Amino acid sequence: MATIDLINVSKSFGAVDVLHNINLALRQGEFVVFVGPSGCGKSTLLRMIAGLEDITSGELRIADEPMNDVLPAKRGISMVFQSYALYPHMSVFENMAFGLEQAKLSKADIIDRVNKAAEMLQLTPLLQRKPKQLSGGQRQRVAIGRAITRDPRVFLFDEPLSNLDAALRVDTRLEIKTLHDRLPDTTMVYVTHDQVEAMTLADRIVVLNDGRVEQVGTPMELYENPASQFVAGFIGSPKMNFLTGAVAESHGATCFGIRPEHIEISGDAGDWQGKVILSEELGSDTFVYVDVPTIGRVNVRVAGRHDVNAGASVFLTPQSDSAHYFDANGLPVASLVQS
Amino acid sequence: MTQVWLKRLGFYALVTVIILQAVFPFYYAILTSLEDGQALFEVNYLPAALNLVNYKSMLANGVFGKQILNSVFVATVVVIISLALAVTAAYALSRIQFRGRGLLLLTILSVSMFPQIAVLSGLFEVIRWMGLFNSLWALVFSYMIFTLPFTVWVLTTFMRNLPVEIEEAAIMDGASSLTIIRRVFLPLMWPAMVTTGLLAFIHAWNEFLFALTFMSTDGQRTVPVAIALISGRSEFEIPWGNIMAASVTVTLPLVALVLIFQRKIVSGLTAGAVKG
Repeated sequence: MATIDLINVSKSFGAVDVLHNINLALRQGEFVVFVGPSGCGKSTLLRMIAGLEDITSGELRIADEPMNDVLPAKRGISMVFQSYALYPHMSVFENMAFGLEQAKLSKADIIDRVNKAAEMLQLTPLLQRKPKQLSGGQRQRVAIGRAITRDPRVFLFDEPLSNLDAALRVDTRLEIKTLHDRLPDTTMVYVTHDQVEAMTLADRIVVLNDGRVEQVGTPMELYENPASQFVAGFIGSPKMNFLTGAVAESHGATCFGIRPEHIEISGDAGDWQGKVILSEELGSDTFVYVDVPTIGRVNVRVAGRHDVNAGASVFLTPQSDSAHYFDANGLPVASLVQS
Repeated sequence: MTQVWLKRLGFYALVTVIILQAVFPFYYAILTSLEDGQALFEVNYLPAALNLVNYKSMLANGVFGKQILNSVFVATVVVIISLALAVTAAYALSRIQFRGRGLLLLTILSVSMFPQIAVLSGLFEVIRWMGLFNSLWALVFSYMIFTLPFTVWVLTTFMRNLPVEIEEAAIMDGASSLTIIRRVFLPLMWPAMVTTGLLAFIHAWNEFLFALTFMSTDGQRTVPVAIALISGRSEFEIPWGNIMAASVTVTLPLVALVLIFQRKIVSGLTAGAVKG
């Protein structure tokens, strides 16, 4: 039963503290995504679970066994790296077999396992090729295949999609999701800075900022009830509008947050009046940037097409039940939290 | 129009000068080695004779064969030991964080900056003390003072350019440090190793000063010294034919090695620029 528990885990590089007292309990078979801006410590946390970085203080337990001093290969973990890290001089088959050879498995067993993994990822026709003869997407699949053959309890992904182009990224995201469905007992930890990947893949998301856990929750919990202004701004695209001044102060808060999709736009009546700066039409949505005097710039997302010219005068009405209020520390104002 | 033409002409003129400067001495050595007697002293730029008598007399002279073998032995052993030590050292110096790593690297580099003559007398004492005087191992030992810093530096730089993630993947796969070097790094480092190995070989093959100082009998000498000490029947005769034949003979192995490994050398020299 591969649960992962991090108890008061901290990490320092010399005098620099990178992670501060991380406490997390990951359930077996769960798909957990660590997300945060670059430099927040998410990759370091993953590498500590893998055993590639020492744990400065605190305890790591996998399946309830202490793992701080266990060698990476003995933790029952496989890892997929950002740059794939395939062995360039080995064929796809040898790449996938290398770990099994190190584990001293029999030849027949190795061939059997590699073939099974290759079939699962449609790599069978490529087994004799070298990595440089493969496309980016195929290399990524080999990297995943290499990780699967070892039959790990825990699967770690370190930004595996960031080297792929946009179209391939969506396909591979789907494949990873399918992989997780096919290996329901394998706990997966996935690191990304892309909140869309986090939202689509995760059972639960861990938002990290500056070496601290900001919030842990399902994607919808984070979207609907962000525990801080940081999470509110990080999750959701386009970004939530943060408005300061009278709008916020009238509710006893320093910051009034409203997502672009929770504002209604109208030509003739509404709470705020402003001028359109720019409108971006994506076909499925239209993003309208409106300059509202005394409030500032407000982004609005309208479903479908919405013809409006720059300079036109419009009225905006925020949906008050979807609004968020934050105090000076970026925390939600308790009395105003939506249930 | 004429300017372009002039530029091209200038370019090829320069190339010709460079090629002449590099190749002509060797070409002339080959010409001379194929001539005998009076023909030696007639200036000619095209082969006038094809006379192998100089080669025959060199090889018939029993010691020269032994001296070539001496050179082969010394250079080969130097290359093997240097590379084995340098690969393991480069792994430590490029991958493992420890105190004084930069200082150690600089020290290694500074060793290679000593002029040979500066360490000669001290080294002579060391070799006498180790009982290696007039033994080929004296040369193996002393040549490594100069080949090791160079091989360590080149391989360290090369290894730094290999992505760390490949090594981490191998660690996750359960490979030990030695397995990582043997199965992952060595195959990736072949081009760099061939290049540095070849340069170390050439250095050991051409070295003169130590070979002259540490060897006292003809049978132990390596070829550069042997050639320099070839003498004629009398004080006043310099046997140019024999000297040239010997020079050509000892150059050929190097030419052959470079030709065999030239593709690897090119990829080794540009290795830092293109990631694998």
